[in-house]
Amino acid sequence: MRRTRIAWWIIFVIGALYFFVPLVATFEFSLGHPWGPGGVQPSFDYYATVLSSPDFWGSLGYSFVIGIITIVVSISLLLPTAYWVRLKVPRARPVVEFITLLPFVIPPIILVFGLLQTFSRPPLPLTNTDFGSSVLLIAAYTVLSFPYMYRAIDTGLQATDIRSLTEAAQSLGAGWTRILVVVILPNVRVAILSGAFLTLAIVIGEFTIASFLARPAFGPYLSLLGNNAAYEPAAVTIISFGLTWLAMIMIAFIGRGGRTRVAVTGAR
Amino acid sequence: MTEAAVTRSGQDAPRARPGRRFSWAWIGLLPFFVFSISFLIIPTFYLVIGSFQTTTGETTLQNYADLSDPQIVEAFRASIEISLITAVIGGIFGFLLAYAVIRGGLPGPLGAALMTFSGVASNFAGVPLALAFTFTLGRLGMLTIFLKSIGFDLNDTDFTIYSKLGLEIAYLYFQFPLMVLIMAPAIAGLKAEWREASENMGASTYQYWRYIALPILMPSLLGTMILLFGNAFGAQATAYQLTGELNIVTLLVSRQISGDVLNNVNLGYAVAMGMIAVMGVTILGYIWLQRRAARWQR
Repeated sequence: MRRTRIAWWIIFVIGALYFFVPLVATFEFSLGHPWGPGGVQPSFDYYATVLSSPDFWGSLGYSFVIGIITIVVSISLLLPTAYWVRLKVPRARPVVEFITLLPFVIPPIILVFGLLQTFSRPPLPLTNTDFGSSVLLIAAYTVLSFPYMYRAIDTGLQATDIRSLTEAAQSLGAGWTRILVVVILPNVRVAILSGAFLTLAIVIGEFTIASFLARPAFGPYLSLLGNNAAYEPAAVTIISFGLTWLAMIMIAFIGRGGRTRVAVTGAR
Repeated sequence: MTEAAVTRSGQDAPRARPGRRFSWAWIGLLPFFVFSISFLIIPTFYLVIGSFQTTTGETTLQNYADLSDPQIVEAFRASIEISLITAVIGGIFGFLLAYAVIRGGLPGPLGAALMTFSGVASNFAGVPLALAFTFTLGRLGMLTIFLKSIGFDLNDTDFTIYSKLGLEIAYLYFQFPLMVLIMAPAIAGLKAEWREASENMGASTYQYWRYIALPILMPSLLGTMILLFGNAFGAQATAYQLTGELNIVTLLVSRQISGDVLNNVNLGYAVAMGMIAVMGVTILGYIWLQRRAARWQR
């Protein structure tokens, strides 16, 4: 028993090292590589450079706004759909579930390939304008959010007696929009919020789709910086890690005791 | 709103009617279908149709025959190899790690910490991940320098982080945490009674694993590894940032989108179809195993 416990400890330590060594290395680099051959003094200058750069704030702000819009679009599309499927058209469930799982099968690189082919020409040449491209970006991210967002919402609805709630609200004279926003939404807010933070984490780090749509997003910004500068990219990587961390903490905080949401085949 | 039209026909209490004829309630799903068809189905079909056409628009199967081009075959082979290796290694290691903190007798807080780390690491991917590994194992990376100081110079070996092996090391950073997250509930679901019962009947640890625990866990173990496979197969950003020109299928498609490197747009569509086919088989395998796994998770 003791010997196997030592084996489990060894595995844990290897895992911990795998997790922390790249982070420590990145942090060390972000301080100007003090352990490197140059032997410079560690300094936070590169963080200062990055944090005073308009490109950093511009791209982070852009991705953040895109993320928020994506969340709103995704929820306003999927909540009524999941609700309606449960309440009125259970026969549509296989079709809807199939569509929401399709983004698993179609990787982001293929999705953006198809979007570029479809929307770079009439009748809807969205890629011709910045606004159109941003619309396309939001649409693509919304599609990427389908698998985990739909499941989160649907599981939330399952745990709620939506039929009784709907009847009660109707008898008090509420319309459909009001029922969804005031009655149903609060009942699935935990599921929705964790899905929302997951979306935010994914959108802010996403590179593939944003770069092919030529959007001034955070992923392409960091990629370009990584090719052109030495230590600033390390600082931004640490900041990006911190943002991911923050989103995950929020999810853990909201969903205390709930199931962990996992996004597979996202923006990798 | 479209729902308003439905209210009138629905009258009082809404109830699902199992009618055989077309139900007007389907109209409530219109926004979802219009969105999905516009931004998911049509773009995909554009690639599907294009893959069956020549550059002049005639129907052909030649694009699929042309997938046998050595460069394309090698791209698929390399992608499948990388995905397989990282799925198996990440899967086994992730499983052991999850088991270590849940059933291995390690202090409880370590388990909670591992789950949080795994949540972060599994989402820390793409460009920042590639950069982090450059800073670790690149020419001037911290680990490279450390290894050199103890007498092992990576720069003297064939290894670089910008290679296929380097990419696999980077992919493992999100692969095994994903395994931990998905396997943890399954491991926690192994009932203590099963172990006690087997011990009462004189089973050894080996027999418990061979005849009880592994058969129960196997479907979710394999299923999750299949997900990891798909996860690595579709990854583009990490590979682009780390290796640039490596010949794997996501980067081949990238180069095709930016510059028609295959000199045949329609062949590019066929490559995309090939990727979708691989992912489709992956997901079908996953769904099949998931059904088997569900039996034990009640």
